Amino acid sequence: MSFPWAKPYEPQHPLMKWMDEKLPIPRLVYNATGPGYPVPRNLNYFWNFGVLAGAALMIQIITGIVLAMHYAANAGVAFNSVEHIMRDVNAGWFIRYAHMNGASMFFIVVYLHIFRGLYYGSYKAPREMVWLLGVVIFLLMMATAFMGYVLPWGQMSFWGAQVITGFFSAIPVVGEPVREWLLGGFVPDNATLNRFFSLHYLLPFVILGVIILHIWALHIPGSSNPTGIEVKDEQDTVPFHPYYTAKDGFGVGVFLLIFVALTFFSPNTLGHADNYIPANSLSTPAHIVPEWYFLPFYAILKAFTFNFLWIDAKLWGVIAMFASIALLFFLPWLDSSPIKSSNYRPLYRIFFWILVADVLLLGWCGMQPAEQPWVILSQLGAIYYFAHFLVILPIVSRIERPLPMPNSITEAVLAKHATDASSASATA
Amino acid sequence: MASESELNAGIEDGVRRRDFINIAAVSFAGVGAVAVVLPLLNQMNPSADVLALSTTEIDISAIQPGQAIKTSWRKQPVFVRNLVAKEIAEAKAVPLGDLRDPETIDQRTKPGKENWLITLGVCTHLGCVPLGAAEGENKGDFGGYFCPCHGSHYDTAARIRKGPAPKNLVVPPYEFTSDTVVTIG
Repeated sequence: MSFPWAKPYEPQHPLMKWMDEKLPIPRLVYNATGPGYPVPRNLNYFWNFGVLAGAALMIQIITGIVLAMHYAANAGVAFNSVEHIMRDVNAGWFIRYAHMNGASMFFIVVYLHIFRGLYYGSYKAPREMVWLLGVVIFLLMMATAFMGYVLPWGQMSFWGAQVITGFFSAIPVVGEPVREWLLGGFVPDNATLNRFFSLHYLLPFVILGVIILHIWALHIPGSSNPTGIEVKDEQDTVPFHPYYTAKDGFGVGVFLLIFVALTFFSPNTLGHADNYIPANSLSTPAHIVPEWYFLPFYAILKAFTFNFLWIDAKLWGVIAMFASIALLFFLPWLDSSPIKSSNYRPLYRIFFWILVADVLLLGWCGMQPAEQPWVILSQLGAIYYFAHFLVILPIVSRIERPLPMPNSITEAVLAKHATDASSASATA
Repeated sequence: MASESELNAGIEDGVRRRDFINIAAVSFAGVGAVAVVLPLLNQMNPSADVLALSTTEIDISAIQPGQAIKTSWRKQPVFVRNLVAKEIAEAKAVPLGDLRDPETIDQRTKPGKENWLITLGVCTHLGCVPLGAAEGENKGDFGGYFCPCHGSHYDTAARIRKGPAPKNLVVPPYEFTSDTVVTIG
């Protein structure tokens, strides 16, 4: 679907006309990312992060396919094959560092994309399906990243696999058999490494498929925008190409600059030195932590140190950790305010920033050993995280008095230009 | 071509022969799909070579009282600890009601060999190897083992006392084949 004023696709060249009759892929592209897709005229740079996430996925798929040409998924040689990539394969060090840091960049842009959605209410009707598919992509990304981290078969790989598959052993009765089924043994071993490699190769393509659904679902109502007011007529929009291809192109440039700076100058900063020690099933590293992008959820897991209501601490931790993500599926219905953008929600805006601070605090606690004061801080942070979604959000969306809103996107844009112009003339 | 009346000839109670064939065909395809899914799922279970229960013999003659060693069985770490009288007394002094997973030290050792505490070195929380078997390692608040991953403390009978782990360290099946040799498995 698109707006009635969308520019129709009219191929001129006979070859393009021929193609359009047989397999209208150029028409699809034109109407999805070309001049045939009208987009709100007021998108700011926070709307770049969807395209950046797509770029990051492509970088991961390309570098990953190349790495798979040199990597050997066998517990006996996996560690050495990674060292072989680092030392012997032509440009292998670059490709592997790009893949390692590409994962971090992917999560950075996806977290910004998620928080953009939270700030501007992008999850609200009519875009709930876009949000739900986004949470599915996020879950798939976490599974893929975890399995990829196991492949070098270093100490962190091994113990990460042990701890994360251990989550499933918390399930009553069937937990231990499920864990053995996932591992294909009693401890992570060759069977585990092989299946993780197989799935790590598969899941990015599943992610790609869900991304297509995510974009499809987005293109039915069209993009949201910083005012949260829906498009009313043609003057509210500009064609995707050239306006947002150019804006996204600039964003991709900035993204690549940061990405290559990280890859070339600081490739191991976001990793752990312990993963350069071969896996040893008899010795756990003194301080095991997951990759940075899992830290807030890891802190929620660690926050439960006591049994409570017939359920033991281990199961509570695992339930809370999965619930903290599953909660996001219910967000479109927990926030009943019809106002999308936080720019017009003075109360929600405050709690949004407290949530950002809370997630950063949880991330910090996730990095720390299981000692005080980190345990109590994780507990407070976890309580606040759940309270934000289950208590604060439903209450705020009922009692909040939104700020006066413009009638249309165009009115908002022109009003902004008028104030800019008057302040400019005042200073002149 | 069969006419409409011919097709409807066999109708009894509004059910056609074609409805029966439809249901039978789809059901059979469903059974076939399930039959194919089962081996596809079962292949992920531990394979025969992994399952083949190996037994491990351990010579415990060199372990002095108060010492412990770390060895392995089925690729999992095993702790063998020679308890001193004070540690046994400490473990016996704890009322069972205070324990998260109530077991006496007698239930966790062999009769007449109460000083030999043999457990898996796998934290029952998320599977890290606890510290405390080697000299100088942190033994936790209760003098047994301490898991640094998420802070579980085990006592001198390797029972869970504090932290997130739900169970005591697992005692594997074992027997004394002589006074100085233990067979695990």
